[in-house]
Amino acid sequence: MSTRLAKGGRLIDRMAPVEFTFNGKRLRGYQGDTLASALLANDQMLVGRSFKYHRPRGIVASGPEEPNALVNLGSGARLEPNQRTTTTEVFDGLEATSQNHWPSLKFDVGVVNNYAARFLPAGFYYKTFIHPRPFWKHVFEPIIRRSAGLGKAPTTGDADHYEQAYAFCDVLVIGGGVAGLLAARAAADAGSRVILLEQSATLGGRTVVDETMVQGKPVDAWLSAIEADLAARDTVTIRTRTCGFGVYDHGYVLADERVADHTPGDGRPKHRLWRIRAGRIITATGAIERPLSFAGNDIPGVMLAGAVRDYVVNHAVSPGDRTVVVTNNDSAYQTALALKAAGLEVPVILDARDSATGALPDAARAAGIRVLTGRAIAKVKGGKRVTGISVCAQAGEGAVLEEVPCEAVAMSGGWSPVVHLWSHCGGKLLWDEAISAFVPDPARPPLNHDGSAMVTVVGAAAGCLSLGNILAGFGKASGKGAIGLPDTCQTPDGSVSVPPVWVMPQGAPIALRSKMWLDFQNDVKVSDVQLAAREGYQSVEHTKRYTTLGMATDQGKLSNINGLAVLAEALGQDIPQVGTTTFRPPYTPVTIGALAGEARGEIFQPLRRTPMHEAHEKSGAYFEPVGLWRRPYCFPRAGETHEQAVHREVLNTRENLGLLDASTLGKIIVKGPDAGKFLDMLYTGVMSTLPVGKCRYGLMCNEQGFLSDDGVVARIDEDTWLCHTTSGGADRIHGWMEDWLQCEWWDWQVYTANVTEQYAQVAVVGPNARKLLQALGGMDVSREALPFMQWADGTLGGFPVRVYRISFSGELSYEIAVPASHGAAFWAACTEAGKALGAMPYGTEALHVMRAEKGFIMIGDETDGTVIPQDLGLDWAISKKKTDYLGKRGQERTFLADPDRWKLVGFETLDGSVVPDGAYVIADGTNANGQRNVQGRVTSTYYSPTLKRGIAMGLLHQGPTRMGDVVEFNTVAGGTVKARVRDMVFYDRDGEKQNV
Amino acid sequence: MLTLECPCCGVMADETELSPGYEAHLKRFGPGASPEEFEAYMFARKNPKGVHFERWRHAYGCGKWFLAARCTATLEVFGTYPAQVSEPPPEIIATIKARRPDWEGFK
Repeated sequence: MSTRLAKGGRLIDRMAPVEFTFNGKRLRGYQGDTLASALLANDQMLVGRSFKYHRPRGIVASGPEEPNALVNLGSGARLEPNQRTTTTEVFDGLEATSQNHWPSLKFDVGVVNNYAARFLPAGFYYKTFIHPRPFWKHVFEPIIRRSAGLGKAPTTGDADHYEQAYAFCDVLVIGGGVAGLLAARAAADAGSRVILLEQSATLGGRTVVDETMVQGKPVDAWLSAIEADLAARDTVTIRTRTCGFGVYDHGYVLADERVADHTPGDGRPKHRLWRIRAGRIITATGAIERPLSFAGNDIPGVMLAGAVRDYVVNHAVSPGDRTVVVTNNDSAYQTALALKAAGLEVPVILDARDSATGALPDAARAAGIRVLTGRAIAKVKGGKRVTGISVCAQAGEGAVLEEVPCEAVAMSGGWSPVVHLWSHCGGKLLWDEAISAFVPDPARPPLNHDGSAMVTVVGAAAGCLSLGNILAGFGKASGKGAIGLPDTCQTPDGSVSVPPVWVMPQGAPIALRSKMWLDFQNDVKVSDVQLAAREGYQSVEHTKRYTTLGMATDQGKLSNINGLAVLAEALGQDIPQVGTTTFRPPYTPVTIGALAGEARGEIFQPLRRTPMHEAHEKSGAYFEPVGLWRRPYCFPRAGETHEQAVHREVLNTRENLGLLDASTLGKIIVKGPDAGKFLDMLYTGVMSTLPVGKCRYGLMCNEQGFLSDDGVVARIDEDTWLCHTTSGGADRIHGWMEDWLQCEWWDWQVYTANVTEQYAQVAVVGPNARKLLQALGGMDVSREALPFMQWADGTLGGFPVRVYRISFSGELSYEIAVPASHGAAFWAACTEAGKALGAMPYGTEALHVMRAEKGFIMIGDETDGTVIPQDLGLDWAISKKKTDYLGKRGQERTFLADPDRWKLVGFETLDGSVVPDGAYVIADGTNANGQRNVQGRVTSTYYSPTLKRGIAMGLLHQGPTRMGDVVEFNTVAGGTVKARVRDMVFYDRDGEKQNV
Repeated sequence: MLTLECPCCGVMADETELSPGYEAHLKRFGPGASPEEFEAYMFARKNPKGVHFERWRHAYGCGKWFLAARCTATLEVFGTYPAQVSEPPPEIIATIKARRPDWEGFK
C-alpha cells in the first residue's frame, strides 16, 4: 500500500495538517501536498476510470502530463470537472470526487467494455456506426453521448470571479527551474526588465529533487540565494502558479495565474489571465518523462520513475513497500536510490539496455540494489492495484524468467523536452538520436516582427538533460564575470544517452501488445496504432484522429512520442520522417472563466444607452439589443402582453400621437469641396444636386452591387451633408467612407465625422404631431414652412433643435434632433406636452409594424447581402445618369439582371393569418436532395393592428409580374398557408396621411 | 497577435487596435470593365505563402488606413507605409529583397 513516510518531505509542513474528502471519505494531508500526493499518502491508488474501457486508473505522473488522476473539484457553484490532482494544491475542506464511472469507482458497469475490447479496435466508431444511417441519430449517438465525456459540466453559474491583466517586458522567462532562474538572472544582469513564470507553487524544477549540489553549493542553499537575488531586483518579477500556456505572434504570450485555486472563497479572483508582450521569450519548460510500453502498464501502481521520486522526496509519500524500477536510461536509478534512502525496498532494477555502466547504476549496485540488464517486464500483475511483475528478456518474446512481487512499478522510457511553446509559432524540431527525442532546431526558430528569433530554449526543454550541460550553456561570461544569456537555444552535449526502447519486450506477441497502453486516458494501445498502420494510415495527423492517440486532456504530453515511434516502426520509417502532430496552444487546459475574465453578466460587453434611457426604464420599457445599443422594444402597461402593447402603440400612433426615441440612428457629417462628388459615388442616387434645406432617401451598395445600408440624407449647407444610417450601421458606414477617402480617392477634399452620439433624436409621429410641436412653440412647423422631406433649425420649447420632416411610418412625422445633453429633458418636455394630445411612447416593434404596413424595407430583413436594390423595386432610387457609383459595375453582372430573380412583393394570407417568420414559398417537385422546391421566401411578416390581419413582404420568383396569384408558404406546424401576391404598400398608398 | 507600426501616428499597435483590410494595391474596376477585369478586382486574391501586401486600419487609434508588407509564413514584417500610394515604395521593396533574395517581386 502507498503511505506517508515518518520523516522527510521537502514541500510538506507537518505542523499544518489539512482535511479533505475524496468521494465523501474524509482524508488527511499536509499543507504543501498536491491532491495526488495526499491521495497516495492515504493509500488511494485507484482514482478514476479510463474513457473507453473503464479500466481502473491510478496516478501516473506528478505534473501537468497526468492523464488519469482527474477529478471533479468542489461542489455546487464551485464545481470544476477534469481537474488534475497532480497540479491541485490540497487545502482544508477540499472536496474531490472521481469521474467516468457508474455506479461507483470500485464497481463500474462500463468495465464490460474492457472485456469486449477485442470488438472495440481503433476506428471502431467509424466502422460500426455508419450503417444503417438513421441509427446514428436515434440509437448510437444518444448512447455514446451518455457514456462519453469525463467530468460533468457544472449546472450552476460560477461563484468565482476572474480577471485579466497586461504586462510588458524585455525578456519573458517561462519555467522556474535552474535554467529559467539562471536565464532570468542573466537577462536582468544585462539590464533587461524580466518576468519569470513558473506553473507550480515553488521554484527549482527537477534539480531540487534530483541533485544535491549546484555550482558548488547545496541545492537548497543555491535556490534560496538565487531566489533572494532575483526578489531584490526591481527589474525582475516572479509569478509562481502561473502557466505560460501559449506563444503567439510577435512576442505575445498568454499565461494563466491560479491565484486562489488553493484558497477558494477568500475574495481574490480565482484565476488571472496575463496578456504579456515580450521583446524576447526564453522557454525553460523542462522535459516530461515517457512511460514504457509493457503489458499492464496502466494498472494503478505503475508510475513514472520521476514522479515516484517527486512523491518520496517532496511529499514523503511511499508508493509501496516494494517498487520495481524499469528503465532504458540512467535517470530512473535516482528513483531507486531515493526509495532506498527512504528505507523502502527496490527488489530489482530492470534495465532494457545490454549494459548499465554510468555513475548512477554503479551507485545503485553499491547500495545493494539488484540490477538486471537486458531485461524487461513481460507483464504487470494485479487488477485495481499492482501485485507483482514477471521478468523477461528485452530481446525476446516475453517468456517469463522470474516473478517479482511488488506494490509499485517505477518506469522511465526517457525524457521528452517540452518543445510546445517553441513550436506554437512555427519553431521547427530536430530528432536527437542520442536522447531519442525531438529538440528545438536552433537554426529554424519562430520569428519576431523584425525577423529575429522570438523564442530561445534553455535547459532540459532544449534537450540538455544533465545539470552540467545546462550550466555550461550559461558559461560564456558577459561582463563582471557574470554568466550570459545564450544567443540561441542550448544544445545537448551528448552526456546523456537514451536508446530507443518503445515496446517491451521487443518481440511481444499480440496478447501482450493489446495490453500495452500508449494513451492512458483514451485507451489507445500499441496494437491500435499498429492496426491503423496496417489499415493504411500513414500520416501521423490521420492516425491521431483515427485512434484518438494524444487527443485526451493531456494532449499527448505523456506518451505521444511513444505512439509516433510505434507508428514509425509499423510503417518501416524513421521517427523524424513520420514527424509530430501540431503543437497548438494552450499547453495545459485553461478554464473558460479565465478567458472570459470580467466579461460576464452585466459587463459581458459594453452597452450603449441613449440619453433617454433612464426615462424608458421608468416607463417600464422592455429593451432589445440593436448592435450594442439597448432600445425599447415596447412599453408594456400593467397586465399587457408585449404583443398587446405593440398593437396599442401602433394604433395610438396612427390615431393620435406616438413618440419614438430615434437617437440610435446613425448620423455622419460629410463635408468639403468634394463632398457632393463623394456622396454621388457612395449612394446609388444623386446627392450633389440636393438643395440646401432638403432631404433625400438614399441607398448604399457594396462593390458587388448588393444593398448595404439606407437612410435619409440632408443637405446642411453648400459644403455639408448629414447622412443618416441604420442604427446598427453607423460605425460600419463611417469606416466604409473613410476607406474610400483614404485609400482610393485620397486627393478628394472631404472630411467625415460620426456624430451619432452627439445628438438625441425624437420622432414625433401621428395626426397630432404638428400640434405637439406647436404646443412646445418656438418655430414655424406648418405644412408651408416645413413641407415633407425638408428640415429646419430653430427652437422648440426653448431647446435648440433641428427638425427633419421625414417619415418611416406613413404618418405626419417630425424627427427632432437636439444636442445629446438636452435629450432627456427634451423627451420629458415632449411627453408632458403630449399628455393632452394622447401621446404614448412606442418601441422598435411598433416602428417595424408601421414601416411594414407602408411597404418600407428594413436593412437586414429585406436584405441579407445577396439582394440588390433592383430586387426590392427600388429602381427609382438608382440614378440612370451617373457614369459610376459603388456597386454599379457589380449590378451589371448578367446574373443580377436575370428576370428569374426573386423580387420583392407583398403577401396577404387568404385566411388573414400571419405567415411564419422565415417561411418559404413552396414550388412543385423536389430538388436533388429530396427537399421541396421553393420559389421565394418571406422577409417581413407581422400582424397589422391597423388592418386587423396578417401582412407580409417577401422575395418571389418573378414577383412583380405575378400580382393576384395565390401561393403557398410552409408553416412551422408542417402544413401550408395560402397567400395572395400583391403590392407591398398595405396602408395609405397615396401618402395622404404623411403629406398633411 | 501581430504588432504593426502605424506610419501615421508612429504607434507600435497591437492587432486588437487594428482592423484588417485584406490585400493592398488592388486597382478598382468600375462600369465599362470587362467581366475578367471585374472578377479579378472583386474576387481573385493572391493569398501567397510568403511576401504579402496588406491594408490595415488603426481603427482604435488614429483611425488611418495604412499598408503593411509582411511574410504570411513567418509573420516577419518588412515595413508599413501610408495608404496613399498605388504600389509599394522603393525602400520597402529593397528591404524585402534584402531579406528574401528569391522573392519574385511586386506584381
